[in-house]
Amino acid sequence: MFAFTVRRVAQAVLVMLIISLIGFSIKHNFGDPVRELVGERVTPQERQQIRDQLGLNDPFMVQYGRFLKSAVHGDLGRSFFFKKPVTEVILAKAPATLELVFCASLIVILLSVPLGIYSAIHPRRLLSRLIMGVSIVGVSMPVFLTAILLIYIFSVELGWLPSFGRGETVQLFGFWDSGLLTRDGLRHLLMPSVALSSIMLPLFIRLIRSEMMEVLETEYVKFAWAKGLRPRRVWYVHAFKNTLLPVITVGGVQLGIMVAFTILTETVFQWQGMGSMFIESVERADTALMVSYIVVVGFIFVVVNTLVDLIYGLVNPTVRIAGRK
Amino acid sequence: MKRMIVRLSLVLAVTLVAWGTSVNAATLKLAMDADPVSLDPHVQLSAGMLQYAHMVFDPLVRWSKDGGLEPRLAEKWEQINPTTTRFYLRKGVKFHSGNELSADDVVFTLARLKKSEDYKGLFEYFTEAKAVDSHTVDLITREPYGLVLAMATYIFPLDHKFYSGKDEQNGKMKDVIIKTDYSFANFNESGTGPFKVTGREQGVKTTFVRFGDYWDPNTGNVSEIILTPISEPPTRVAALLSGDVDFIMPVPPTDLERVKKTDGLQLVTMSGSRIITFQLNQKRRPEFANAKVRQAMAYAYNNVGVAKKIMKGFATPAAQNSPRGYQGHNAALQPRYDLARAKELMKEAGYEKGFSCTMIAPNNRYVNDAKIAQAFVTMMSKIKIKVTLKTMPKAQYWDQYDAQVADIQMIGWHSDTEDSANFFEYLNMCPDKETGRGQYNSGNYCNPEVDRLTLAANGETDNAKRSVMLRSIEQILFDDAAFIPLHWQNLSWASKKNMNTEEIINVMNFPYFGDLNIQ
Repeated sequence: MFAFTVRRVAQAVLVMLIISLIGFSIKHNFGDPVRELVGERVTPQERQQIRDQLGLNDPFMVQYGRFLKSAVHGDLGRSFFFKKPVTEVILAKAPATLELVFCASLIVILLSVPLGIYSAIHPRRLLSRLIMGVSIVGVSMPVFLTAILLIYIFSVELGWLPSFGRGETVQLFGFWDSGLLTRDGLRHLLMPSVALSSIMLPLFIRLIRSEMMEVLETEYVKFAWAKGLRPRRVWYVHAFKNTLLPVITVGGVQLGIMVAFTILTETVFQWQGMGSMFIESVERADTALMVSYIVVVGFIFVVVNTLVDLIYGLVNPTVRIAGRK
Repeated sequence: MKRMIVRLSLVLAVTLVAWGTSVNAATLKLAMDADPVSLDPHVQLSAGMLQYAHMVFDPLVRWSKDGGLEPRLAEKWEQINPTTTRFYLRKGVKFHSGNELSADDVVFTLARLKKSEDYKGLFEYFTEAKAVDSHTVDLITREPYGLVLAMATYIFPLDHKFYSGKDEQNGKMKDVIIKTDYSFANFNESGTGPFKVTGREQGVKTTFVRFGDYWDPNTGNVSEIILTPISEPPTRVAALLSGDVDFIMPVPPTDLERVKKTDGLQLVTMSGSRIITFQLNQKRRPEFANAKVRQAMAYAYNNVGVAKKIMKGFATPAAQNSPRGYQGHNAALQPRYDLARAKELMKEAGYEKGFSCTMIAPNNRYVNDAKIAQAFVTMMSKIKIKVTLKTMPKAQYWDQYDAQVADIQMIGWHSDTEDSANFFEYLNMCPDKETGRGQYNSGNYCNPEVDRLTLAANGETDNAKRSVMLRSIEQILFDDAAFIPLHWQNLSWASKKNMNTEEIINVMNFPYFGDLNIQ
């Protein structure tokens, strides 16, 4: 276990180094941050001066070295736009994104498992066909379209749900602005989480269904039937447990992708999380913030995948975690 | 029974009180495409910051809706000699900190404007402000200058007592202007304006509360403004349609009809003053140095069609820089789409067979910018000019623009002085790195007559004479086809019907929210 952890940490550091290098090398293509800071009247000479002050004229390796040096000390630089350290900005925005991803994952898990199992057990029933049909639509509809449709139906036409923002939030532990504890916050959370889950949900229903159907054909399930076990026990204990393995693998990767998809969802719902912050920082060429977002999301990916590997071992003891001899 | 009556009357009283307060004290939920980047009005010269300045500060004078000037903190003014204008300040005006406005604040503010990177160019004609007594101040210019009053609309006096001294947090002076880092002024304000900032989470929401000691009693009834930036146009519209916000700006062209047709909402649009143009680089292309080719291109571009089809009527076709209402607006100049004439001119110029050239345009800076550029490419193909177009986001565009990487480049311009000469200075005068003139003239059009007239107009304080000069410049630019004018982008605001939106908006796009009345 210890060797596994060490190896994983080393991998994570390498991944993040590479990500930061890539982020850093493309940042020049996003334009000149100084342009976004000054009005149109400012002369090129004055802009040059500001660039000098900000160290933007130094050679690439000097800038990157400076970035790494302060990154080791936990300082990812300063956001030009927010006029604050980047870490402070990201920490303030992270709860919004994490809560959104959490709720969307919850929706995915709570719905995909029963629906997937049902349509695997009764593949010919009308309801199963309906589930499959709807999931095809869901998987082929882009998130932003789903989001806009939701807004038009539930906010504009019906007036049931608020159309944008996070609503009322409560501060927990002194830094975590949570929308999960107020009624208003939950109402605001509903549509964005549904929109975000709309891409993953159909995928998971289909995955669980096909895996389960395959498992139901295996010898040990047939044996279980022959033994006269109750259907519930066969389906939910023996068959379902083995369905889970591939689902968890895919789930880990997809959770990371979900974080990336928050960019679209957050932009449409004006959800003040890291995703919309990233898009805005790209538009403003606020490079420190941009690079840091990429690094932080890379970190989340690594952490999630490590957790998935651990859970994998728990679900199926025959699978040995790499590093454990 | 008695108890019943008591209860009933209590309920009645409560409802009355609730109803009463909703009439007198109204909250405005406002959604704009962006929120102010700072609380320091001098940190950036942009529409967003000026909109903010009109809420939290007051200028000496301000533009009225018809393009005239209204006294604000200056009650009256007079020119006492060709380079000195005297302003008499209103008495008893309080800053949000409780300090009283005096001439020293104006002196302090002008000095600070001259230190601001963004404003110092605008105020280069001004040498200083001199306090004559506690409520009289002289603005002194280097030479006679025709736009002293127009520039006074940019002087929003800051509370000099509030902004002086050393700030504990960064050890710097409180009045220092810093763009990218913490400064006292970036996070604290004390103006004389109708609203105080009481809460601010950048990019999320800003809360403004009515300033109790505001000097002007004849203003609106909005007691609180909650400003939320909503950058996605469809979400902004949805927020208004669903009633989550009361007022949005701007309204995207695709949703104008929908907003207009919705009950309980009002849409206000107005022809704006930002001109969109294409510049033809004569240094890169010898063909563009030929006036006939430029004219042919101007004749081949159907700006009326573009305004109607691509801009959906949300633009006013232009044949010159100056919009109507400006001193330089020359009513004789009209869009000149005529394909036959264009072909004829190409033939005369000896380019009957055409030529190919390159073009760049931004794709998120102006309304429908990329689509307009594509339409231009198609129209030019009719006179056999093959244009290779590249569009890009604005963050990348301006570096490319400055480097003049393409033969044709798009630029939109709004005159900060609300005056025609500003267009000529930046877009049409001969490029000169020393003086900064022609800084955005990527066409490299250079006509000494235009330069001479523009400089003469700046020194002319007689408005009638000035107007003649400015109009003749527009005529020269039109005849020479110095650039291809497209249109002026329209402005739009939408709100609920129960407020006097129409009265507070103006062509500068600085809604005077202090004057907003909600019924």
